[in-house]
Order: sequence, then C-alpha cells, then structure tokens
Amino acid sequence: MRTTIVVFLKEILDNLRDRRTLASALIMGPIFGPVLFAFVINLSIERSLDDIERTMELPVIGQQHAPNLVRYLESRNIEVVDGPADAAAAIDAVKTGANDVVLIIPEQFGEQLQDTVPAKLELVSDQANTDAERDARRARGALYAYSQELAAVRLSARGVNPLVLRPLNIDEVDVSTPSGRSAMLLGMMSYFFIFAALMGGMYLAIDSTAGERERGSLEPLLCLPVTRDQLMLGKIAATCLFMMLSLSLSLVSFFIALKFMPLEQLGMTPNFSPRVMLAALLLFAPFILLGAALMTLVASFTKSYREAQTWLSVVLIAPTMPILIVSILTLRPRLEFMFVPSLSQHLLLVDMVKNEPVNNLHVVISVVSTLIFGALLTWICARLYRREGLLG
Amino acid sequence: MIRVHEIHKSFGVVRAVRGVSFQAPDGKITGLLGPNGAGKSTTLRVLYTVLKPDAGTASVDGADVVKDGLNARRRIGALPHGSGLYPHLTARENVAYFARLCGLDKAEIDDRVDEIVRLLEIEDFADRRTKGFSQGQRTKVSLARALVHDPQNVILDEPSNGLDVMATRSLRNLILKLKDAGRCVLFSSHVMQEVAALCDDICIIANGQVAIDDSVDGIRNRTGCDDLEDAFVKAIHMVRPD
Repeated sequence: MRTTIVVFLKEILDNLRDRRTLASALIMGPIFGPVLFAFVINLSIERSLDDIERTMELPVIGQQHAPNLVRYLESRNIEVVDGPADAAAAIDAVKTGANDVVLIIPEQFGEQLQDTVPAKLELVSDQANTDAERDARRARGALYAYSQELAAVRLSARGVNPLVLRPLNIDEVDVSTPSGRSAMLLGMMSYFFIFAALMGGMYLAIDSTAGERERGSLEPLLCLPVTRDQLMLGKIAATCLFMMLSLSLSLVSFFIALKFMPLEQLGMTPNFSPRVMLAALLLFAPFILLGAALMTLVASFTKSYREAQTWLSVVLIAPTMPILIVSILTLRPRLEFMFVPSLSQHLLLVDMVKNEPVNNLHVVISVVSTLIFGALLTWICARLYRREGLLG
Repeated sequence: MIRVHEIHKSFGVVRAVRGVSFQAPDGKITGLLGPNGAGKSTTLRVLYTVLKPDAGTASVDGADVVKDGLNARRRIGALPHGSGLYPHLTARENVAYFARLCGLDKAEIDDRVDEIVRLLEIEDFADRRTKGFSQGQRTKVSLARALVHDPQNVILDEPSNGLDVMATRSLRNLILKLKDAGRCVLFSSHVMQEVAALCDDICIIANGQVAIDDSVDGIRNRTGCDDLEDAFVKAIHMVRPD
C-alpha cells in the first residue's frame, strides 16, 4: 500500500510538471467539447431561424415580365433583387456560388398566363449544395404557392370550387417534446465527457508503460524491492486522478458554456442543473477506472511512445461506437444496454438531461458492470506487468 | 554474496546464456568481462530478477532470485544498462523516489540522499531537473539511485559507458570504497584494462559460457599471455563454438 502511494504521488508530481500531460488533461479535453458543442448548436440555430423570419434575397431576371409575381414574392418576405445579365450568366453565377438560386422570368410569361397555357419559369439552383438548397427550397415553395393561388382564381372564375384541387388535407402533429429533439446533440455531449476523461489520462497511461521503457527508467524501477502489482496500481491510480480532474473540468466548462448558448431558440429545454452535473460526474466515475486500465493495457503492448499514441487514438474512438449506433437507430434505454460501458452512461445521462425518470436498477447495473469491467482489465494489466517481455 | 549456478537463458532461437556459473564474494570486486553480445547483461538481469532463467539457480545473500525475488532485490543495488531518469524530476527527487520505494523512513531519506549526493559529487546539479543531463551526469544520478538504500550487493552493468576520464576515475574510487566497506561488487565491462585495474576476480564470458574465472594473475598464467588484451582474446577462444 505504501509503495502504491509513493508511486501515485511521484506520478502526480512528474505529470504536473509535464506540459503535454497538463495540456491534454486541463485544456484539450475540457475545452474541446464545449467549443465544438457551441459551434454545432449555433449552426443549428442559424439554420432553424431561417425560414420565415429571415428576409431572403432572390435574384430575378426579367422582373418586368411579371410584376404580380414579384409583388407576391415580396409579400412572402423574399426580397427580389436584380439578377445576372442573362440565363447563361445565371447558370455561371450558381455554379461558382456567387448566387445560391436565380429565378428567370421569360418574356412570354405574361402572354402564356393570359392564354392559360402553363407559363414557363426557370429556377436555377445546385441541388447538391445543401446549404444553397435551403434558399432554393424556399423560392420553390413560394412559386408553388403562387401557382396554386392562380389555379384557385381560375377555377373560381369558371365556377368550380377550388377545393376540388385539394382532395387531402394533411395536418402534421409533432409529438417530440422540445428537449427530446436534442437527443443527437446530447449524444455528442456524453461522448465529450468520455473523451475528456480519456484525454486526461492518456499521457500517463503511455508514460507508465511504453514511456518508462523507452526512457530506460523501467528496468531500474523493477530492480527495487517492490512488487510489480504495487507499481502498476500506483500508476493506474494516478491515471484515474488525472482523468477525474479532466472529467470534472469538462463538466464545469460545459455547465458554463451552456449558459451562453440560446438552446431555447432550438426548442430545447435541457436540464443542466448543478445537480444533474454532479450526478453525471458520479455516473461517469466508474468509467474512469475502466478507461485507465484499458489505456494502460493497450499502451503496455506497444513498443514505443509513438506506437502507444497511435493505438490510444483508436481507444479514444472506441467508446463512441455504441453511442453512435444507438443514436442512429434511436433506441430507447433497455436493461441489456446497461451492461455496456459508455453506452449505459450515455443513455442514463440523456434521460437525466431530458428530465425523464431514471430507472434506479439501470443505474446500479451501469455502475456495477462498468466497475467489474474496470477491475477485470486492471487485473489483466497486472498480469501483463508481471511478464518478462514487459521490458521489450 | 552472489552465487550463480549453471544458468541458461534463451530468447527464441538465440541461446544468450548457456550454463554460466560463478561467485562474487563480499568485500571483493568481481568483474564480468566479455565481448559485446557475450551474455553479460542477460546474466546480470537474471540476478536482479528482471529475467527468469530457463534452468539453473542464482542467489543473493542466500535469497533465490526466482523463488524469493523480493528478498533478493532487497539485498541488491542495481544499475541496469542504459538506465534512464525521470526528466521532470530533479536529480535529488529521482534519488529520493527510489529511497522511498526501498522503504526508507522519511527522516532517513533526507540524510541518505544528502550523503549519497556528496559521495557521488553531484551537489552542483542535484537540484536541477534531469532533462538535458549529460551521459556522465545521468550515470552518476543513476548510481546514486541504486546505492541510496546502502545495499550489501551492488550490480553494475557497464557503468563506465559514456563516462569521461574524470568521471571514470571517481567511479573507480567509489567502487573501491564499496569494497572497503565489505560490499559485494559485481560489474560488467568489455574493456579488459578497466576490469584488470579494479577487480579481484574476473569472470570472462564468451558466447554465453564462462571461458575463465580467476584472478588477474591467474588469467595471465592460464592463458600464457603477459599482455592482458592478448589474454582476453585467447580466453574467449577457449569456449566451444556453437
């Protein structure tokens, strides 16, 4: 026990003096998550605010041929501006991205309307460009609506009820709760916590195995009258502490960052109270032992610091897999999911943040099974540490 | 007192050590001499319990290195080949860390570290972080680390590698001091002159086997060579080839 504490304290002192470890534990993990999260949220807000509120500019060629249409568009908050010189210039402008969408009103438009033959309009857009397609969709919608209005007027003029053109009346009812809509974003958040935790301990895990071996400090250490289990436990404990530090900082930075994000505008009302944050910390804590042991295990298989870094970046991605699959399939929390580390933490966190009741049995299974996995990996690490081949 | 009896060690198809036996008594300096790749380091690594022999036994003050590794390690201060330090810790902290791991008391540690720092003449850089230390400085700190718990048996694997004349001299004085204090000193080298100048007994190893185990004069007599280098070359041809 004393040996383990001596190793633990030395690793902490050593790594507190290591800028790289500190940067990844105190800056990389805790800052990266909130920044990326804020970026995605702001992007979503920009897009959802778009539709009606924002005035859209629509370059139109041949405005003089359809004054009524232009007036109609302007009533729909679409500002008609002068377009490129001709059709060829319009296609060029859209291709190069100078314009997202251009409407071309041919000279014959008025005549064709009067003759009640389908009047030709050209809408130039790049459908593969999703960003530009938003504006195109809005322009298209406005044109269809205008077309329907004209049709209704014509039918009325002929004594036909315009409703014959509307055999169906589709009314969409959206039952998703405001906070339910944010599930994808929340999935991202649980990964950031896991990422922050792993980043916090990554360099310690490498240092305690591949790093010590490469530096040549492992062999003298193994010559001392201590058991290898004691050394390894001290190192894993120090790794856990840095991971815990990084996770806590990441929770705090999220808590602060979310205060500055206009989530309500997205229709999200997530519960990020300090209580939920504290619960999240406790919920993710068992994952720390698992992560520390996993990283130490992987790093002890590698021959050099660089190789360890390469393999550990794979480990950083591994916990996303179950979260990703569940998010794509939009699966609800189920008992058997609680046996899967990272997935169980994710699902429980999402429930808490969405203000939904959390199943206590699920919490117990998540904590216990993650701890068991962690203990198992620690045991395997200890076995590996006893190998002769440890020195490479 | 270190005893090695008929130890064998292979790495895959490479038979690094093939039946090495020798003794290193207390109060004497024993040199393990041999060309590169002769099996010196492997033999020493078995002694400080980092490797397990495939066959044979070895003991340190009676503690078997395989069955009672922890006790064997208690009796050893080891300087493995190419020992590295912790670059973010000062020289003193590096030494104190090992002292703590050896189970020294808090009060004892400061005194012992001061003493060993003085003994090895590393006061000038003792409180600097070891990042960027020269090879000689690193070796001195590694030595201080190995000796901080005042071990009865001292095993040094090529300690003079990369040392300049002055550093080699102070290393030699240190080894002689250890001998005078009744310690058992075992060190390896591939330089005949160095070994001859220091050792009471020399064990010449070649091709994983002991060629000659004798005093300097004994080796001269048995090889019939007056020149030490010639004696060394002749001795390593005495072992049977593969």
